[in-house]
Amino acid sequence: MKYLYYPGCSLEGTAMEYDISTRALFDVLGIELVEIDGWTCCGASAAEAQSELLSIALPARSLAIAESMGTSIGDILVPCSACYLNLRRAAEETRKDPDLLARVNQVLEPEGLKLQGQKRVRHLLDVLSNDIGAMGLAEHIHTTMARYLVAPYYGCQCLRPYVVFDDPEAPTSMEPLILATGAGVHGWHMATKCCGASLMNIKPEVAQKMVAAILSGARGADAIVTVCPMCQVNLEGYQGRISRSAHRDLHLPILYLPQFLGLAMGIDRRALSLEMNLSNLSAFF
Amino acid sequence: MLSATGSPTVYPEEKAEDLLGPLQEKLCACIQCGTCTASCRNAHLMDFTPRRLWRLVLMGQTEEIFHSKTFALCSACYYCTLRCPRGLPLTDAMNLLKQLGAKKDVAGYRPNARFYGSFLDSVRRHGRINEVEFMRRYFILMKNPAIPIKFTPLGIRLLRKKKISMLPNKRKPEYPLDQFFQRVEKLENQQ
Ligand code: SF4
Ligand code: SF4
Repeated sequence: MKYLYYPGCSLEGTAMEYDISTRALFDVLGIELVEIDGWTCCGASAAEAQSELLSIALPARSLAIAESMGTSIGDILVPCSACYLNLRRAAEETRKDPDLLARVNQVLEPEGLKLQGQKRVRHLLDVLSNDIGAMGLAEHIHTTMARYLVAPYYGCQCLRPYVVFDDPEAPTSMEPLILATGAGVHGWHMATKCCGASLMNIKPEVAQKMVAAILSGARGADAIVTVCPMCQVNLEGYQGRISRSAHRDLHLPILYLPQFLGLAMGIDRRALSLEMNLSNLSAFF
Repeated sequence: MLSATGSPTVYPEEKAEDLLGPLQEKLCACIQCGTCTASCRNAHLMDFTPRRLWRLVLMGQTEEIFHSKTFALCSACYYCTLRCPRGLPLTDAMNLLKQLGAKKDVAGYRPNARFYGSFLDSVRRHGRINEVEFMRRYFILMKNPAIPIKFTPLGIRLLRKKKISMLPNKRKPEYPLDQFFQRVEKLENQQ
């Protein structure tokens, strides 16, 4: 099995441990990830706030390159929820709207690219839960994680607005994967509540309150696992400040899902880049 | 008409229909049920709730809309879009207001627009985002030396973890998109 891989900008920078642990996990699973040649930024939350056409054309560029890499490699796998939504939106909107597709192709043509709508865009969580599944993971699990209670955090953009692989209000896709490691699943109400996303940069006081509510909801759990670099950095990057303003200790380990699964699969901590997380992961060393 | 803050008219030259036309088309089936407001985590911070904002859009109240903080506080969680009983593309509508706010250089939205603008400048130059470069440009554009301090504790930790580098990384491949951006702009202006 092979996937086309779109890491996205965060995974080359502040979220490199998400990239490293995802690659390590798929390596153990024996699945090849083929990086899209010369992929470019998906536009993040910036393009859609500046220009409608740009917000489709930018991700469409990477989709068109992926198509040009042939049909022998399967779907496009995307670990970042924001990249996933932007790529998926470009694919879905151009499929629905032939005029839009024509305009996008007008932008792409001078580069020798053409979008035809042949590739499916899949979130990492979708692939892990549907293509591999708890059964597929189970044979690779070597270390029981039974002493941990884990809060699965889904965030927004892998679930909404496109309802693809899970219930957008009450998702469960992470639970069988966590249970397969022997760990328990923390039941809570904040799993799909927004982390504030880019409001953390623009209106930090607002976003930090949003994160405080999420961290409070996870009390009792040993860790939160995430599937998005923006959620991850918002949840772990400001815990000191948030604890001070909440007058409560809200520090909690935050791990990317592949890091947590990788630990259970006996992958070396360094190969999962646990030392790069901003939250204190000493409970996992 | 003056807004609550007494600020002068923002768009004397533009008719509300021209500016808000595409948005009104998207929202005309709104039944004012309030599901969007009830679904929005940020509604309590907004001066107009999403439901009221959509009403203002349909009434063409340009000034109130662009003086409000509502669209700037949308974090694109897509709950309203998911739940609206009329199936209206509400997050897209918030994005359209952000686009208009940036294009018209609305004062209250300027920090957001500059943030996104700096981000896209970096993408335009390198094809991929250079996080340090874009933050630096954002602070310069804001001409507010107090802002970077807010980011410093996180910045230092990211540097210590070698997740970001203050030196431009020469080995990273570059995919300049200037011409690509120019083609998009040209096509968009033809509309
Ligand atoms: S949920 Fe939809 S129909 Fe109801 S008030 Fe909001 S926009 Fe209008
Ligand atoms: S998408 Fe924006 S307006 Fe809609 S519920 Fe989320 S934050 Fe509120």
